[in-house]
Amino acid sequence: MQQKHVLVIGGGISGMTTAIEIAEVGHEALLVESKPYIGGKVVQFSQYFPKLCPPQCGLEINFNRIRNNSRVKILTSARVNSMEGSKGNFKVQIMKKAELINSKCTACGKCADVCPVERDNTFNYGLDKNKAAYLPHEMSFPFSYTIDESACLRNECKKCLDVCEYDAINLDAREELIEKTFHSIVYSTGWEPYDAGEIALLNYGNHPDIITNVEFERYAAANGPTAGHIIKPSDQSAPKTIVFIQCAGSRDEKHLSYCSSVCCSASLKHALIASEKLKQVKILIFYIDLRVSGRNEDFLKQVEEDENVELIKGKAGKININNNKLFVEAEDILSGIKTKTESDLVVLATGIQPSLLNSKLPKDDYGFLLNDKLPEGIFASACASKPLDVSASLKDATAISLKAIQN
Amino acid sequence: MEKKLGIYICSGCEIGKSIDMAALEKVGSVSGEHLCRTHAKLCLAESVQNIQEDIKKEHLEGVIVAACSPRFFTKEFSFNQLTERVNLRELVAWSHEAKDADTNMLAEDSLRMGLAKMKSILSPTPFIPDQSSSEILVIGGGISGITASIEAAKAGYKTILVEKNKLGGWSNHLHKQLPMHPPFDYLEKPLISQKIHDVKTQEKVEIHENSSIKEISGQPGEFRVVIKQEEKETKRKVASVVLATGWNPYDAEKLTEFGYGQNPNIITNLDFEKMAKAGPVLKPSDGEVPKQVLFIQCAGSRDKNHLPYCSNYCCGTSLKQALYIRESSKETSVFIVYKDIRTAGKLEAFYEKVQHDDQVFMTKGEIGQLNLQGDRILVDVHQTLLGDNIQLEVDLIVLAIGMTPQNTEDLNLKYRLGKGLPELKYEFADSHFICFPYESRRTGIYAAGSVRSPMDISSSMEDACGAMLKAIQCAEATKRGEAVHPRSGDLSHPEIYFSRCTDCKRCTEECPFGTYDENEKGTPIPNPSRCRRCGICMGACPERVISFEDFNVNAISEMIKAVEIPDEFEEKPRILAFVCENDAYPAFDMAGQKRLKYSPHVRIIPVRCLGSVNNIWISDALSKGFDGILQIGCKPGDDYQCHFINGSDLTEKRGENIQEVLEKMMLENERIKTVFVEINEYDKIPRIIDDYVEEIELIGPNPFKDM
Repeated sequence: MQQKHVLVIGGGISGMTTAIEIAEVGHEALLVESKPYIGGKVVQFSQYFPKLCPPQCGLEINFNRIRNNSRVKILTSARVNSMEGSKGNFKVQIMKKAELINSKCTACGKCADVCPVERDNTFNYGLDKNKAAYLPHEMSFPFSYTIDESACLRNECKKCLDVCEYDAINLDAREELIEKTFHSIVYSTGWEPYDAGEIALLNYGNHPDIITNVEFERYAAANGPTAGHIIKPSDQSAPKTIVFIQCAGSRDEKHLSYCSSVCCSASLKHALIASEKLKQVKILIFYIDLRVSGRNEDFLKQVEEDENVELIKGKAGKININNNKLFVEAEDILSGIKTKTESDLVVLATGIQPSLLNSKLPKDDYGFLLNDKLPEGIFASACASKPLDVSASLKDATAISLKAIQN
Repeated sequence: MEKKLGIYICSGCEIGKSIDMAALEKVGSVSGEHLCRTHAKLCLAESVQNIQEDIKKEHLEGVIVAACSPRFFTKEFSFNQLTERVNLRELVAWSHEAKDADTNMLAEDSLRMGLAKMKSILSPTPFIPDQSSSEILVIGGGISGITASIEAAKAGYKTILVEKNKLGGWSNHLHKQLPMHPPFDYLEKPLISQKIHDVKTQEKVEIHENSSIKEISGQPGEFRVVIKQEEKETKRKVASVVLATGWNPYDAEKLTEFGYGQNPNIITNLDFEKMAKAGPVLKPSDGEVPKQVLFIQCAGSRDKNHLPYCSNYCCGTSLKQALYIRESSKETSVFIVYKDIRTAGKLEAFYEKVQHDDQVFMTKGEIGQLNLQGDRILVDVHQTLLGDNIQLEVDLIVLAIGMTPQNTEDLNLKYRLGKGLPELKYEFADSHFICFPYESRRTGIYAAGSVRSPMDISSSMEDACGAMLKAIQCAEATKRGEAVHPRSGDLSHPEIYFSRCTDCKRCTEECPFGTYDENEKGTPIPNPSRCRRCGICMGACPERVISFEDFNVNAISEMIKAVEIPDEFEEKPRILAFVCENDAYPAFDMAGQKRLKYSPHVRIIPVRCLGSVNNIWISDALSKGFDGILQIGCKPGDDYQCHFINGSDLTEKRGENIQEVLEKMMLENERIKTVFVEINEYDKIPRIIDDYVEEIELIGPNPFKDM
């Protein structure tokens, strides 16, 4: 076996999987991630559907596979600057951001204890605050604190410098350019939630109790801003009614004309979580079609049987804010009746949009990278190429691993 | 002879401030043979460098790093000598009162346990099959199997492709294929003939058509395969297997409620596809062009009386077939009655396009009575978008029927645990794990395509690549003597001390991966490269004859014996906790990170899986004077989170035997307790520990304490 070196761009669960699978064959993989930790979106999820199990369980297996394999290398807080060459000989320049906290960090936590600056906690989509010197989450990998450059007072403060016993902090650190050669390149750049603010009639941003599905994940998570309590953000009370609006901006020519294929199952999961946690709650889900794939049908059955949940075939197109109360306007497609439902909390099931919308690489009309148009030796996996759920993403990430090690 | 060890104790990250370092160093220096050093910052590059120099200069045969959790600085503290990590940071300093006598005792016991374990473990010598093959067997020559072979060849691997009929599978019947290219709204020419051509001209693929698998024996790296073609038998040795035997259409004969078999103009989507490929679509009854065609979606799918699941392909297929008719006969109108239209992802564009055809009518609805009298078929449809009860008059009905997986016994595995792959939900040979879609309970054998999960062509082609990657990976890992997922890279493997084996068959029955075969007498025959190194066999063995070089019954027993048990008058109970390394141990680490405090009376032994816990450890601990024993592992049951399938289930099952041990020793049932936690439930750790310590304190000390 001739050893190849593969660059994987994007350290979410898909990129991580590709890098590990390649390295376990016996090749080398470099995983480049722009955030200070790997794991991407799934580390922000409370549970996976349909098993309602914690994503951290599979992540830990993958972290262990990385810990025990010297052929996988990780570069966090880094971005690919430029690439040239062709299959078998790609020369790539990677810019590693200034590392204010370096790999000597033992995660003892003293820097955060003394840090005087608070910032919006990006891990919780800004729903709460944390320090400018912070550990992104309990299972951050690499297990290291990091400093938010834009919030840090640098040399005006230096409190963290004084307490760090490991010489792990350098507030004057510079960015570093790394050059390497690779056999092939995999884009695992993933997705971003569609901007719900674009859908004017849904009034996202105009009332704190209109939230998105990804924000709901953080409320549901034990390590989230409310320690796992489902609340109305406006007054922190438990909602008595929750409406889920499916296809918020999806299957809609004005927004995303495709189906993101995960939002139905995600909302069903959210409904089960809310029903279980709140007990006394009425949950309505307005949908166009319930797209629950394959053998997850019994998951849908479980929701149908939940007395707190009602599934209504209908497109909810508008949220009215009246006297600070929320009213969801929808049409029940089966009866033809237009309904107006008052709701304490409205969750918008927004879709998946590829992260690399502005790249010059060949894309389809939606912005997803097109594998059969990409230059030879360059591949796109999982949500960089199409909207997928976690399991389908990992299937794709494993499949692309084979392509990346081909001669 | 005892190994010469280097013992390195770190005092950083509050360890030194919490624990009496001098006392700890005394424990480390108990044998003058060893080297014991304390360091303020052990993880720094220069300290690691010092350890490496010591290994050389002092001829150390083993290293103990007493510092943070083994989950951190793993690569830094990997030496080419046997290394044991003692977790003083997360499990001691961060989770207990500083400068407290009990915390010190905990730290000292932790180090003693590490030292004791070191006596009985060795660096593992890998098992590497003598003559590993690099070839891969692909069973099934449909779109998945063909793709797997072509893509393996491009990566330089030879495959042996076995197909029971001729190459192509169900794809041979396709008239057109669903869109795979932008703008994703036009039908495409089927790929299969090009694929068949490609695979036939590929040097690295050996094709056996009209052939079946008579037998597969052996293990990854050296599977022995017998391929049968009529009377001819061909033998091959392969490293791993991709099972791509595909699917069968659901038996339409069972769909009497939709009139199948009662009227020639009620056909399946498969009949329809074949007809479209052969020529124009005509009514079977009279060969005339149909005027009104009805597609019934989910015919026998999402239906508790038939297939309870969705087959994923039928919505797209019916939309495609509606276009066939509309293209061949402009006068024909089409009705599609569905439960939900499931055109996930980019296929939405194609659904959009079909919706624009004004002679294709689609509605959600429930099919009621069919009146089959005469040439026209009257169909009642309820709860539609067009009204509550409507009646359609049609002259051709197409039933969109689902997929059932091919039986995996086609593998003909000569395994004690059966011929096929263990099938999961609805008999598909899928992985149980969301995060690891190719995980297989038969190491080295990976299912791909519709035998794994219902899927369409483009999904099957991807799946073929994914499964092939895993097969190639297994071939390469086996050559290096390494375990595959989830303990990837582990070089240890079970060894049996046969002269004491009583042929009780526990190991052969309980190994979730079918590692052990048996001879006529029932003596286990291990196949180390099938092994996933969980240690369940070791936990199962009543004679304690199964061991891993770096994880074995003796080593853990030594750890138990190394703990200093205070006498009963000191009122310091001692609890032993077997903690699963996979989810529970990280939860303990996170509890430490959060500085959650819990009782210092617990001594933790990490295990590879709760299933690896041997009952002798429990009786050892009780005889030694431990007051209670906790077993903390991953969730069992249908939605199990056990990384080795049934380790946690086995713990519950074996619990019955343990109760007998307790009865014999005249001890209370509560002295052993099993708890399951999820990895992110670190906040529950203090309660689990403290509640149990309290429970044990109420029961009182173990009477064996001072014996």
